[in-house]
Amino acid sequence: MKSQLSNHLTKKGGQGYYLTLHRMLSCGGGSGHCSKDMAVELGDEPHVLVVDDSLIDRKLVERLLKNSSCKVTTAENALRAVEYLRLGNDTLEGTVSEVNMIITDYCMPGMTGYELLKKIKESSVLKEVPVVIMSSENIPTRISQCLEEGAKMFMLKPLKRSDVKQLKWHLMKCRN
Amino acid sequence: MDLVQLQRQFVDYKTSLYHEGFLDEQFTQLQELQDENNPDFVVEVVSLFFEDSERLLNELARALEQQNIDYKRIDAHVHQLKGSSSSIGAQRVQKVCIAFRNYCEEQNVEGCLKCLQQVRHEYSLVKTKLESLFQVRLPCRREIFFLSKKVLP
Repeated sequence: MKSQLSNHLTKKGGQGYYLTLHRMLSCGGGSGHCSKDMAVELGDEPHVLVVDDSLIDRKLVERLLKNSSCKVTTAENALRAVEYLRLGNDTLEGTVSEVNMIITDYCMPGMTGYELLKKIKESSVLKEVPVVIMSSENIPTRISQCLEEGAKMFMLKPLKRSDVKQLKWHLMKCRN
Repeated sequence: MDLVQLQRQFVDYKTSLYHEGFLDEQFTQLQELQDENNPDFVVEVVSLFFEDSERLLNELARALEQQNIDYKRIDAHVHQLKGSSSSIGAQRVQKVCIAFRNYCEEQNVEGCLKCLQQVRHEYSLVKTKLESLFQVRLPCRREIFFLSKKVLP
């Protein structure tokens, strides 16, 4: 799997800088490309699953995504997400209306976003779906842990329009 | 009071909230998410924040009254409050939460109690100010009649 580690220093709200490390997978060859099952016709609205235990944050991210012409499904915890995606159920996995991206909070009661990420990456059908981890805390070890496990991006909350622009760019890239 | 004056008062009041640190850039982001298709988005989210905060503040008070204080639990509540205040741009509340979490880590009950008092105070301040802000928002035709009868802050 080819990958380029790219460092971005981004100014956040005039209160200093935060580092976003994201790995850009080259789509189109080897195991890095999006599986046929996940392929979506160009022009369709991408379907994003948002997982967060905070209702306020779910509403915020949902609005951000909908304003960016995305179809959104929300889940209030990782367990709901697992049920929705039918993870672990070989016959039904991937049969849910195609999810093109999963955005999950890191800190959640019960199963964390990190554990959810691992479950998704273990699934033969869903492992190609880009997973983005969000967190209100900027902890470098946490960030690298998630990226090592295969998260597409790590983003600091609260999400902004510029963050969603980046997400969409990744989504489009994965489609082509 | 005519519409132009109302508009000006709204802008001035909002600006002062930013200058005094009650609100930060995230509140602007919230407003930018609102449009004709979602005209009540800001009010909805802020109302959720009020509900959530009141619940958390009660939980925190209860938790700090216990014989054996569960600092992990307190930290979890403060973490939530910090998150939601950050999400709507309630900067002063968020700042107190950061200090609060430090005291939790130190298992410092005095510090925690002090912070609870502070966060309650900051919360009630921002709540009052946001409520005023929504009263002063550009009213639809119906509301102009009622607003002109009210004393605006």
